[in-house]
Amino acid sequence: MPTEDQNPSRRLFNIAAAGAAASWVMTSCGPKRLYDAPKEKLRSAVQEMERKYAAQAGRSVSVSEAGAMPGVQFAYALDISRCIGCRRCVYACVAENNQSRDPQIQWIRVNSMEKDKGVDFSHADPYYNPAEVPEEGHFYVPVGCQHCENSPCTKVCPTGATWTEPDGIVVVDYDWCIGCRYCMAACPYGARHFNWSEPTIPAAELNPNMHYLGNRPRVKGVVEKCTFCIQRTRAGRYPACVEACPVGARKFGNLLDKDSEIRYIIEHKRILVLKEELNTVPRFFYFYAT
Amino acid sequence: MRPFAMAMLLVGVLGAADTPKSQPKAAEERLEVPPPPFSEGIFPCMACHEGMPVNRTRRELTGMHTDIVLKHDEAHRWCLDCHDATNRNTLHLASGEPVPFEESYRLCGQCHGEKLRDWRAGVHGRRTGNWNGAKSYLLCAHCHNPHQPHFQALVPKPAPKPPHRPGN
Repeated sequence: MPTEDQNPSRRLFNIAAAGAAASWVMTSCGPKRLYDAPKEKLRSAVQEMERKYAAQAGRSVSVSEAGAMPGVQFAYALDISRCIGCRRCVYACVAENNQSRDPQIQWIRVNSMEKDKGVDFSHADPYYNPAEVPEEGHFYVPVGCQHCENSPCTKVCPTGATWTEPDGIVVVDYDWCIGCRYCMAACPYGARHFNWSEPTIPAAELNPNMHYLGNRPRVKGVVEKCTFCIQRTRAGRYPACVEACPVGARKFGNLLDKDSEIRYIIEHKRILVLKEELNTVPRFFYFYAT
Repeated sequence: MRPFAMAMLLVGVLGAADTPKSQPKAAEERLEVPPPPFSEGIFPCMACHEGMPVNRTRRELTGMHTDIVLKHDEAHRWCLDCHDATNRNTLHLASGEPVPFEESYRLCGQCHGEKLRDWRAGVHGRRTGNWNGAKSYLLCAHCHNPHQPHFQALVPKPAPKPPHRPGN
């Protein structure tokens, strides 16, 4: 064939050009990795998301790309002596963060525990269902993502699809997640949830105020988790669960602000973190106000 | 790791140095709160009480306010310990100083001082709004009926679906 007597340098050039084209296609046309995306690229990616989700939902959607505020380290505190186990936080979270209704995904799990046994997860019951709460002799420990400083989940991710933001929020890039669920195995708190099938949210219940690292719609095969309501907290607002709690057991704020509620709690109340012995260094504190 | 460790260090250092400053400021400091949760048509009290003779004898009410059941240290308290006999539109402190219903937390705080301190700090009670800006407070009476302050039981929202396991 005539191709066989081609100049070898020409063949090399063809291979190199094909390789360059392939890598250009991979980086420019494929999914965008959000972890280190430059500002302009992020902006265009977010606009693309807005168009896509608006078309899906049939109404306008805003996707924020707000970054961490300087001088802010988020932390959370929950008063175990006040929580009555009413699960208002769970459903406020589901509505705010566009969690799948069927199959059911809930980022917060409220455990009922016996006062005689103390904080003991081997006796915890998340399926309690009495006519009224609180039940005699019981207390309640809601558990979600603990936003660990030394987070085991982010270390095991093979693709770098989950990381800790500068303000301490542990986030997931749903486009970069390959669904291997290593992070779920690594998390000692059961805080990560997998979309085993296509998530469903009634169109009328979709929250259109989104963040690219937060409550934007997920697809089958990716992991999701609490983001401290990144779409709200990066705009200065309290997370949805804080505002929903009827007993005011949930507190949120900036660790670096000495006048914040969170600092007052750490300085004046008895606090504990879950599974302290694992050295995960949670940013989620439990406390007793009484 | 490092910023958080530094934050924790700061918490420790400031916690030790800051104690006198973190004491509640003057009791006069007023906080913005929503209107008190009056029963429909009950306020202003003086609309009825104007001109009525004041009976300071401790007794069971039979004519009006019979819906109020006092379960709040009822062995030692009754209406006029908190409600002002001469101006029913206000409450009064133990000192006799009148207090508007909008500042009823000052009255509650006479006995529940540590709750008032925590409430001022934003730790007792629900807050809505901004973690770094304007917050909405609630009065004690928005969550606790002053006549029966124990927090009322609630119907819990549905339990999560247990995982489906074949064969179960």
